[in-house]
Amino acid sequence: MGLPLMMERSSNNNNNNVVELSRVAVSDTHGEDSPYFAGWKAYDENPYDESHNPSGVIQMGLAENQVSFDLLETYLEKKNPEGSMWGTKGAPGFRENALFQDYHGLKTFRQAMASFMEQIRGGKARFDPDRIVLTAGATAANELLTFILADPNDALLVPTPYYPGFDRDLRWRTGVKIVPIHCDSSNHFQITPEALESAYQTARDANIRVRGVLITNPSNPLGATVQKKVLEDLLDFCVRKNIHLVSDEIYSGSVFHASEFTSVAEIVENIDDVSVKERVHIVYSLSKDLGLPGFRVGTIYSYNDNVVRTARRMSSFTLVSSQTQHMLASMLSDEEFTEKYIRINRERLRRRYETIVEGLKKAGIECLKGNAGLFCWMNLGFLLEKKTKDGELQLWDVILKELKLNISPGSSCHCSEVGWFRVCFANMSENTLEIALKRIHEFMDRRRRKEKMIN
Amino acid sequence: MTRTGIYRSRSGTPDSKTSAGNDGGGGGGGTTVMRVIVPLQGVVQGRGGLVLGSVIPCAFFYFLQFYLKRNRRDEPVSESDPANQNSGSSPDNSGSSSPTQSELTGLSRSLSRVIISPRSSGAHVSVSGRANSILKGGDSPYHLGLKRVEEDPYDELGNPDGIIELGLAQNKLSSALVSDQNLIGLSLSGIASYEPSDGLMELKMVVAKLMSEATKNAVCFDPSQLVLTSGAASAIEILSFCLADSGNAFLVPTPCSPGFDVDVKWRNGVEIIHVPCRSSDNFNISVTALDRTFSQAKKRGVRIRGIIISNPSNPMGRLLSRENLYALLDFAREKNIHIISNEIFACSIHGDEEAEFVSIAEIADTEENLDKERVHIVYDLSKDLSFPGLRAGAIYSFNENVLAASRKLTTLSPVSSPSQHLLMSAISKPEFLQTYVKTNRQRLQRIYSEFVKGLKGLGIECTRSNGGLFCWADMRGLISSYSEKGEIELWNKFLDIGKFNVTPGSCCHCIEPGWFRFCFSNLSEKDVLVVMNRIRKVCVTCKSQN
Repeated sequence: MGLPLMMERSSNNNNNNVVELSRVAVSDTHGEDSPYFAGWKAYDENPYDESHNPSGVIQMGLAENQVSFDLLETYLEKKNPEGSMWGTKGAPGFRENALFQDYHGLKTFRQAMASFMEQIRGGKARFDPDRIVLTAGATAANELLTFILADPNDALLVPTPYYPGFDRDLRWRTGVKIVPIHCDSSNHFQITPEALESAYQTARDANIRVRGVLITNPSNPLGATVQKKVLEDLLDFCVRKNIHLVSDEIYSGSVFHASEFTSVAEIVENIDDVSVKERVHIVYSLSKDLGLPGFRVGTIYSYNDNVVRTARRMSSFTLVSSQTQHMLASMLSDEEFTEKYIRINRERLRRRYETIVEGLKKAGIECLKGNAGLFCWMNLGFLLEKKTKDGELQLWDVILKELKLNISPGSSCHCSEVGWFRVCFANMSENTLEIALKRIHEFMDRRRRKEKMIN
Repeated sequence: MTRTGIYRSRSGTPDSKTSAGNDGGGGGGGTTVMRVIVPLQGVVQGRGGLVLGSVIPCAFFYFLQFYLKRNRRDEPVSESDPANQNSGSSPDNSGSSSPTQSELTGLSRSLSRVIISPRSSGAHVSVSGRANSILKGGDSPYHLGLKRVEEDPYDELGNPDGIIELGLAQNKLSSALVSDQNLIGLSLSGIASYEPSDGLMELKMVVAKLMSEATKNAVCFDPSQLVLTSGAASAIEILSFCLADSGNAFLVPTPCSPGFDVDVKWRNGVEIIHVPCRSSDNFNISVTALDRTFSQAKKRGVRIRGIIISNPSNPMGRLLSRENLYALLDFAREKNIHIISNEIFACSIHGDEEAEFVSIAEIADTEENLDKERVHIVYDLSKDLSFPGLRAGAIYSFNENVLAASRKLTTLSPVSSPSQHLLMSAISKPEFLQTYVKTNRQRLQRIYSEFVKGLKGLGIECTRSNGGLFCWADMRGLISSYSEKGEIELWNKFLDIGKFNVTPGSCCHCIEPGWFRFCFSNLSEKDVLVVMNRIRKVCVTCKSQN
């Protein structure tokens, strides 16, 4: 339904609907047209090598110290004889890896990321490694995109409830505002066209320019995928308002059943109109799906050439360590391993989810029907004495202090309904999860007994 | 009073206005303006006349005094400093100035420190408004909960009554699958998880030791004052964000590092105002010039938040002396601004034995708290360890607010965990570290002398350099025209004919054309000969053209 409408509209659009970037993005303060960078490029294209390329360009424009490499190399090799600091599959030259700080990122690593992202989507979308920009984590990726797509005092529309970190990542340094798209339990917190329009209007009424919509798919904290129809409507909306669409898909590998996940990449895959594609950007990271948050590997995938170019330059503030790229490149491009990993990981998450939801149900607690992520969205509204944010926080405090369980209250996620809580289940052993459930059961039992006594 | 007099004489058209005025409100005219003026008239002329007529101007007067007083607090002593007045005439104009003229200026100010500028101006140097809002922003329960778990974490055996973490979306279910791939010698559980984004304390401890080693232990750097970031660029960007608001500026003596423009300005909306240093002064920093530039900026309504220097300097490779540093700190104290000292080449000192690297931390350490708070250092592990790919930079500060805000901002540019472990393993052994620093120094010294000798043989002089990985060469004799255009032409020749890449002085914002920065630290001794031959080739073409 959405798709044919979009295509019809887009054919009328010509070039009038070219979506814009921020002032920071189009300024030339990045200085890349200066001789400083031009010289680097010339060297990169034709690097001098004493034996292999004696007539190449000698690099004396980069203040890097190579005179004492060998000392470090020998020392580290003695400590790590299997070359394990690089990964087992063929340790690369220490020198080339140590010096590598090209913001394009290691080609093999980008190819590996692209192939991993394709596998997660069951091959329903293709990813071009040259459109992948690497950042030190998804946090950085989200901030970078915000810098590029919006100016200070502009807004991004974000559906509630959302990840509490967005208040920080999207706003701290960028000066950009978040205007919430209110969602509620009446339709399982899915985004409706009315809610979108209402949020847009709210911004307009406050004289704030909306530059884009940012969704998380699968959603954090809901633990549920966004329906295909909703994605189509979203893209439609963004085309009509001539704004960007950012889809944070860091939990895409954590969907319990692969068929239930539709990435915005699949929607865009079948669209030829560049003015439509150019407004779509995807954020991904290895922190959640691979359980490697400490590695700090994030990416921006954009269908917009200008965004890719600018994001690459800006990523110089937040590059992924060359060692990390190298370590992971071979693992991620091993398709046999990644297929197995994705499959087993999904299965384990699903089982864990079922355990916790069942356990909560036995205690009389309902959760939103979820199908992805590392958490469930639990409804404790019926336990609130006061159906207010304060009441919710009071309950949160009791759960923390009495039950010794740390869960996240919906108000931290800007949920418009009180009483919802996010409960994570993937970072502990089964035993610990059982203990947590036991504590909840005991708490609920105590409450029931108390109520009986009062009544 | 006067006001009513004015209004009366202004009400040219008569009756409608006067009558409206007597009504005391609601203009006779249709416009909003009239609706405002007329009641004002009424108030002033009529009931409140005398009282308001005297109260309003008095209130205005007091408000103005209050406002001026607040702003005056920012720059306490500067204008009355006689040392300042004495050196009012620019040393740049004195043609026969000895190379140390400006340094002398600096010296006289530092000598007069005790007498003129008070030790503590009594004014706290402030961080930027935007850093303050990051600090003020309280933690939501989301973050508070995570903290609470850290204080009392559940452990099946060790702490069964602890808090179970159900608030952190982390996936440990399939870690074994990943570690079976034998990624690294270390167990994944040591490095895969979330860690403080500003770096592991164990790594900070070894970094602090390395930095102290660079000062030959004249300074004992405190690891808790370190914040690690993914590279020096991020460290500079974060500091710039925390010390200055959008539209503010930093003073930067030039020639300077080519990277500052991007790191300081791009995403922060902060300006850089250059303070040119000249070859006649050996490119030394002149406090007078700093002062003059500061005043000019102030007149234009631009607020300077700090000075950014490099020590050893980039591109000259000059080490700043204690006197230089004291003079700079004096200046910063007078103007109540910050100093960022870019010390990323601290371990790359190659000068003779007298060449001593003095970190600004050493100077700050002897000062009172108020002065310490204005000093911040940027360090880069990758420069000294030849490992830029790892992305590990650092901010060192004495200012708790800056540290707190910076720590929070490192979530946007953290150091990768396996790389932190690799670095720790590389620099934790003191014997290795000492050997490394000493050998590195010797090798740099050797290459530097070869290089400078080679250039001299071609008739090209360099400024005296004691540190860093480059030399600053005077090629004014080779450029076709004494202009940036001439300089770029020569640079192009170097690239196209000579096939080597160097940095033209204009990229370093050098005000005099014809200077070039040559980085020699990635050359072997054999390469130096190759480079000299290529330079000769270009020189020949230049001479034949000129």
